[in-house]
Amino acid sequence: MDQRPEPVSRRKFATCAAAAAAGFVLTACGPKRLYDVPRERLRQLVRDMEREYSATYGKDVTVSDAGPQPGVVFGYALDISRCIGCRRCVYACVEENNQSRDPQVHWIRVLQMDKAHGVDFAHADEYYEAEQVPEEGKFYVPVSCQQCEDAPCTKVCPTGATWAEKDGIVVIDYDWCIGCRCCMAACPYGARHFNWKTPTIAAKDVNPSMHYLGNRPRQKGVVEKCTFCIQRVRAGRYPACVEVCPVGARKFGNLLDPDSEIRYIIEHKRVMVLKEELNTMPKFFYFYAT
Amino acid sequence: METMRAFVSFGTTSLRLLSRGAPLYWAWVGVLLLLVASGTMAYLDQLRVGLAVTAMRDPVSWAFYIGNFTFMVGVAAAAVVLVIPAYVYDWKPIREVVIIGELLAVSAILICLLFVMVDIGRPERFWHLIPGIGRLNFPHSVMAWDVIVLNVYLLINLVVVTHVLFSTFRGRHYSMRLVLPLVLLSIPMAIGIHTVTAFLYAGMAARPYWNASILAPQFLASAFSSGPAILLIVLQLLRRFTAFEIRDEAIQKIAELMAYAIFLNLFFHGAEVFKEYYSNTEHSLYTRYWFEGIGEHRTLVPYAWAAVALQSLALVLFAVPALRRHPVALNVGAIATYAGGYIEKGMGLIIPGFTPDTLGQIYEYAPTIHELRVAAGVFAVGFLVFTFLLRVAVPILLGQERLAGSGMQPMEIPK
Repeated sequence: MDQRPEPVSRRKFATCAAAAAAGFVLTACGPKRLYDVPRERLRQLVRDMEREYSATYGKDVTVSDAGPQPGVVFGYALDISRCIGCRRCVYACVEENNQSRDPQVHWIRVLQMDKAHGVDFAHADEYYEAEQVPEEGKFYVPVSCQQCEDAPCTKVCPTGATWAEKDGIVVIDYDWCIGCRCCMAACPYGARHFNWKTPTIAAKDVNPSMHYLGNRPRQKGVVEKCTFCIQRVRAGRYPACVEVCPVGARKFGNLLDPDSEIRYIIEHKRVMVLKEELNTMPKFFYFYAT
Repeated sequence: METMRAFVSFGTTSLRLLSRGAPLYWAWVGVLLLLVASGTMAYLDQLRVGLAVTAMRDPVSWAFYIGNFTFMVGVAAAAVVLVIPAYVYDWKPIREVVIIGELLAVSAILICLLFVMVDIGRPERFWHLIPGIGRLNFPHSVMAWDVIVLNVYLLINLVVVTHVLFSTFRGRHYSMRLVLPLVLLSIPMAIGIHTVTAFLYAGMAARPYWNASILAPQFLASAFSSGPAILLIVLQLLRRFTAFEIRDEAIQKIAELMAYAIFLNLFFHGAEVFKEYYSNTEHSLYTRYWFEGIGEHRTLVPYAWAAVALQSLALVLFAVPALRRHPVALNVGAIATYAGGYIEKGMGLIIPGFTPDTLGQIYEYAPTIHELRVAAGVFAVGFLVFTFLLRVAVPILLGQERLAGSGMQPMEIPK
C-alpha cells in the first residue's frame, strides 16, 4: 500500500490556516472565564477595563489584579454585644463597592432581633426604622457573605462563574455569570444580590479604586456579593465596614497568622457561626465580647 | 440519495399539511400566535428593562417561570407512563398512542427550555454552559445535570418520532433496532429528568422546604398524574376530530395508572405535612406560609387549598372505576388533576421555598402581568409546536399521506 502522504494543496493549506487563525482569534479575543485566564492575558483585560471605566466615569479608574497572597486566609469577626444597628457599615459598603443606588443594592443586611428570642431569624426585622438605635430590648446582627469554606453557592453554579479564591474570598466573574440565580437559592445567608435592572451610580460617586473580582461595575442580569472588600484587603487595608464601625464591633485579619486579632478573638472569646448545622464552615464569626 | 429525496418530500408534505386545515385549526393557531406575539412583546420589555419587570426580587429570586418549568418537566416525563406498559408488558392497545406521548414530550421539553431561557438574566450568554466553548460545572452543579438530561431526553424523543414518522411516510416499518433501545432508554431518562430537577431543589440545604428526601418521589407521582391528564384530553380530541382510532381500553388504562399516581402524590404530600406540623420546628414556617399564611401575608393560601381540593376531587373521580368510565367524570377528573398539579408546582413549590427568605424576611410574591404574558407566550409556543406535530403526524400515521409510489400499509392502526 502506498503510504506517502498526499501533497497538501494550496486550497487545503489556506483552509487550515484560516481555521487555525479563527481558532486563535476566538481563544485570544473571545470572552473567557476570568478563573482560567492566564496572568498575562489578565493584565491586558484589566487594562482594558481601566480604559473603559475611566472613559465611562470621566475619572482615573484603577483596576487591581492583585491575587491571593501565600499564607493568607481572611477571616472576620463581629461583636454582637457592641453592634448598635446604626447601619453605617451598610452605606460605607455601598460607597466603597460601587453598589447600585437605584435600585438600591445592599451587601450588608442588618437584622434587628429581640433579646427575648436570641439569634432567631423568624423573629428578625431587617426593615426596622428606629428614631434612635439601639432600641430597648433589641439587639442587632449584621449579615453579609460568610465566605464559607464549603460554599453552597459555588457548588451549584452551572457555569463555574463563582469560586473561592485561595485566600478564602468567594468571588464572582460578572462577565461569565448567566444570571440563573441558582447561587441565590443555595445561599443560606441571603448574601447574594441580583441586578434586576441596570445598576445606576452617579459618576461622582464611583469609587475609582477597583479590583477585577470585586467592586468593578456590574451589569444588569448578574449576581453580586460581598468580597471582604477584595480591592482593599489584598492591598493590606481593612474592609470599609471595619473602618467605619463607630463602636469597633467589626474585626478582620489573617486566620493563618497566630498573632492576628482575629485569631486572638477565636481563641479567647466564645465565637459562633450562623447556621452551623448546615456545615458551610463560614469564615465570618460572631462573638459576645462583653 | 433516495433517502434524501424522500426526506425532502417528507418536509414538503409536512409544510403542505401545516398550511391546510379547517377553520377551527386556523382559529386555534391564530389564538396561539396572538399569545406568542403578546409574550414576545412582554419578553422584549423584560430584555430591555431587566427582570425587574417581574415581581421576583432578592428574597424570592425564582418564582413563576421556574415553577412552570418544573411542572412542564413532569409533563415531559409523562410519555414514559405509556411507554412502560406498551413496550415492557407488550400491551398492544396503548402502543399506538405512545407516539402521541412522545410528541407531547418534545413540546413539553421545548416549553421547559424556554422557561429557563426567559428566567435567566443574561440569555445571550447561554453558550457559557456548552462544554468546549464554555464551561459546564459538571458534576458539581445539579443544574448542569439538568441541562444534560433535558437535552438528551429531547434528542431521544426527537429521533424516535422523526424516525417513526419518516419510515411510516415511506411505507416502511420503523427499525426496531433503532427504536427499541431508544424507547427503553427513554424510560430511565424520563424518570431521570424529573429526579434531577427534584434534586436541584432538594439539594439546597438553605431552603428547608425543599431539603426533603420525599421531594423526588413526590415529583414523580405528581408528574405521572398531571402528564397523562393532558394526554387523556388530547387523545379524546384526536378521536373526535380525526380518524385516529384510540380504544377505550387505552384511555381506561391510562386513567387507572393515574389513579395510583394521584393517590401517591397526595400521600407523599400528606407525609410531608404531617412531619412539618407534628414536629413543629422553625422549618415548618414555609409549609405554614403555603397553607395558612404568616400573619397578614396570605397571598398563596387560596392557591394551596384550591390545589388540595382539585387533587382530592381527581382522586375520587379516578379511583372509583364506575366514575372514571363515565366520560364527563373522566374529563372533569383530568382537568382537576392538571389544574391541581399546575397550582401545586407553579405556585406551591418554588414560592413558599423562598418565603420567608433565609434571614426570615417575608416578601410576598405574586406574578406581574409581564410574567403572565411571557408565560402564556411560552405555553403558546409549546402548544403551537404540539399542534403542528400532530397536524403532520396524524395523517401520516393514518396512512393518508405517503411518499408517492410507496406501499400503503398504515403503521399500527388497529382496524
